[in-house]
Amino acid sequence: MKEFPGTTGLILNEPLLWQKGKKGRCGFSMPRRDVELFPVDEDLVGDGPDFPDLSEIDVVRHYTRLSQWNFAVDSGLYPLGSCTMKYNPKTNERQASRPGFAAAHPMLHPDLCQGILRLIYDLERFLVEITGMDAASLQPAAGAHGELAGMLLFYAYHQSKGNPRSKIIVPDTAHGTNPASAALCGYQPVAIKSNAKGILAPEDVAAVMDEETAGIMVTNPNTLGLFEENIKKIAEIVHAKDGLVYGDGANMNAVMGIADMGVIGIDVLHLNLHKTFSTPHGGGGPGAGPVCVLNHLEPFLPVPRVILENGRYLLAENFPKSIGKLHAFNGNVGVLVRAYSYIMSLGAENLKKVSQLAVLNANYVKEQLKDTFELAYDRPCMHECVFSDKLQQANKVTTLDIVKRLMDYGFHPPTIYFPLVVPGAIMIEPTETESKEDIDTFIQSLKAISKEADDSPQLLTEAPTKCRRRRLDETSAARKPCLTG
Amino acid sequence: MRYFPHTPEDITAMLKTVGVSSLEALFGTIPADCRRKGELNLPQALTEWELNHHIDELCGSMAVSPEYKVFMGAGSYEHYIPVSLNHLLSRSEFVTSYTPYQPEMSQGTLQAIFEYQTLTARLLGMEVANASQYDGASALAEAALMAVRISRRKKVAVSRLVHPHYRRVLATYLTPTEYEILELPYLPDGTTDLSSLDDMDELAAVIVQSPNFFGCIENLKTIGDKTRSEKTLFIVGFSEPLAYGMYKNPGSQGADIACGEGQSLGIPRSFGGPGLGMFTTLMKYVRNMPGRLVGQTTDVDGERGFVLTLATREQHIRREKATSNICTNHSLCALASAIYMSSLGGSGIKTLARLNYDKSEYLKGALRQAGFSIPFKQATFNEFVVQFKDGFDKTYERLTAEKIIAGLPLECYYPELANHYLLCVTETISKQDMDILVKKLK
Repeated sequence: MKEFPGTTGLILNEPLLWQKGKKGRCGFSMPRRDVELFPVDEDLVGDGPDFPDLSEIDVVRHYTRLSQWNFAVDSGLYPLGSCTMKYNPKTNERQASRPGFAAAHPMLHPDLCQGILRLIYDLERFLVEITGMDAASLQPAAGAHGELAGMLLFYAYHQSKGNPRSKIIVPDTAHGTNPASAALCGYQPVAIKSNAKGILAPEDVAAVMDEETAGIMVTNPNTLGLFEENIKKIAEIVHAKDGLVYGDGANMNAVMGIADMGVIGIDVLHLNLHKTFSTPHGGGGPGAGPVCVLNHLEPFLPVPRVILENGRYLLAENFPKSIGKLHAFNGNVGVLVRAYSYIMSLGAENLKKVSQLAVLNANYVKEQLKDTFELAYDRPCMHECVFSDKLQQANKVTTLDIVKRLMDYGFHPPTIYFPLVVPGAIMIEPTETESKEDIDTFIQSLKAISKEADDSPQLLTEAPTKCRRRRLDETSAARKPCLTG
Repeated sequence: MRYFPHTPEDITAMLKTVGVSSLEALFGTIPADCRRKGELNLPQALTEWELNHHIDELCGSMAVSPEYKVFMGAGSYEHYIPVSLNHLLSRSEFVTSYTPYQPEMSQGTLQAIFEYQTLTARLLGMEVANASQYDGASALAEAALMAVRISRRKKVAVSRLVHPHYRRVLATYLTPTEYEILELPYLPDGTTDLSSLDDMDELAAVIVQSPNFFGCIENLKTIGDKTRSEKTLFIVGFSEPLAYGMYKNPGSQGADIACGEGQSLGIPRSFGGPGLGMFTTLMKYVRNMPGRLVGQTTDVDGERGFVLTLATREQHIRREKATSNICTNHSLCALASAIYMSSLGGSGIKTLARLNYDKSEYLKGALRQAGFSIPFKQATFNEFVVQFKDGFDKTYERLTAEKIIAGLPLECYYPELANHYLLCVTETISKQDMDILVKKLK
């Protein structure tokens, strides 16, 4: 009988912070007081917050135990489609925590921070090279923030042409942040459907593209894991009416060193450094969402920008057409250092290998599982593949049940119920850092679960049983929110 | 390459299963006119050891303590971070996990963020906190948008003493909208001039920062009283939340939203990011709040657990009708601040805040005694403005060459304040450091 990774083991209960501790404890080495007490304005002084008092060991045990309740990439395969849960190199952590970077004040005179300015400047150039674009800003703090930057670039561009537009084309497979970001700039999304092949058809874009439309937001490869084969023609249709093409680059992991986003006709592209460029997800963030643009949009990029003048790196504000500032300082520099370290560790040849192996792993999963689960589109995929629960529905088990059972086998579930165009979607992205044997174990787990769906479906509907908690009541959590303790 | 487990045999076997002859053949769906020509032009890959050396070289040019004494705050503060915090924060299960959409195997993150939300709400005296935004600037922008949604009004009054960068980010967010920013000037005592508020009608929000950019504590109660019976929301921003270990919190003064930068609480400066956008409000506004929220619930066995909740506000459910476009937040930074707040504790945060205040007051007094002018009379926390004489920039340069950064020059942000510098003193600066600074300034 094959041994799967999922098992039970002794993990420990741990109360909430304020259920622990005793008044007067402290987990902090209080710095020495070398000055006297000065008078205070009693009208302004408060009582301080009601925090628990904990010793250092209280705090260490608390968070050590909590961490042990989490599954993470370092625990095992985490095949979330569109998230690119690749291995997070530890050398990146060493580089970002060097005091020269970690302790640096963001408003130092440029003479005093040439190292970090050079890193930002070089990273911009690396990302421009990798995407085939012309210029970049690393200021946006997340993918959605990059999308906002992109929409602001659209707005500024169309204002400068004297024709502010009101609509934007958004495919039905788009990530929710796409229309949300567009709405922040006052654009009304116009939905278009993908065709039977799972990609956009030029005639559908032509049918809605007009002079009131700012452009299109396109994810390429798209959220079905497919390359938008008609993208160049679509870009031409949009450009013909002086519209712009926004590229959501969340799936860049599939095409590094292979596709050229600039040549395709993408005007603005955002990247997710916490996906493609290996910076860790941290339980939800921080990440970074740089934007890359073609030359005609460079004047509108956010400020400040790092420039090189007479051998010195400077932060320059003098870009009168800029959309302005998007972040208090220069973006998530600590995250940028990690992405820079990754690119410097891999080099050109290995970055291309990343995409080749990511696509190999996904196609391998697709081929191995297409007889077990219904494949949404039986075509070559890029770095992720999409199945559904159609074949399992006869047993009254759903996508949710299938993936909850996967936890008991020792894997994190794939992305579920997205994209919306595939009912019961199960989107699997192994990434390139997974070995064949781990992928084989994952495949065998899903096959075993499919068999359980036939023989004993309650194993799925009652799953998970081996995690710290079983299924949680999300309905009550929303109906009667308890958001603080 | 150590991140690629595939052997040539693995690749051969997998290609066979897929039914293609080579790795290149996997990309048949990419048209020729979408492809790049030639290989990527990037530096040669470095070994781990070469990368260490290269990064250390870059770091060598950076002016940081202990080599430099940097008397600058202005939204980015140097505070001691216990090694226990770094140790806990580096646990893989926290660092390499994803957003806790599958709660059963993410209870660690979920309980930790629920605790962060609770501590944050308590620190600011508010009823609910979200699971974090990117930074103080974007948090403020989102607060303004939230006030506009709730009040259905189009104007926000913003103090000139809100951090200049936050005001610029707010202006960027509002560019494509029909919403208007009205500026509130400042008084000679270093607080916001509220007199023009009475002439402003139909305001969605009044926005001040406390401590403000000059380091001064604002008259929060006055604004709270003015806006209490109004539709206008009272938004209090901040960039140094440690001040609330000592001063009255925004919630007690009538704030509807309290939001700002939490970097001071256990997060390194890192040249300005990643920071921590702390965002709190009252429960009556919670359905209009941006960002993720963790809520308490039970599982099928009746055991207490935590889940992401009220997701119908968010982009993945409501798309263009969402309260914000935010997806990725700053979860690991929020965790760092929770570890920091729990290490300090209620007793410790009061002691540390008071120490910051007293050290800063010591420098203020020493500078006054040395004949320098402290133009703003209002109480401060750990930073304050000093007015130097004409030609001080030469002294500043001399001190920089001696590895002392004597504050942030304010003229480029406030053209009327030539020769004014914003100086910050935290617990990381010793009495000896301050005595040396004053001696060299004379």
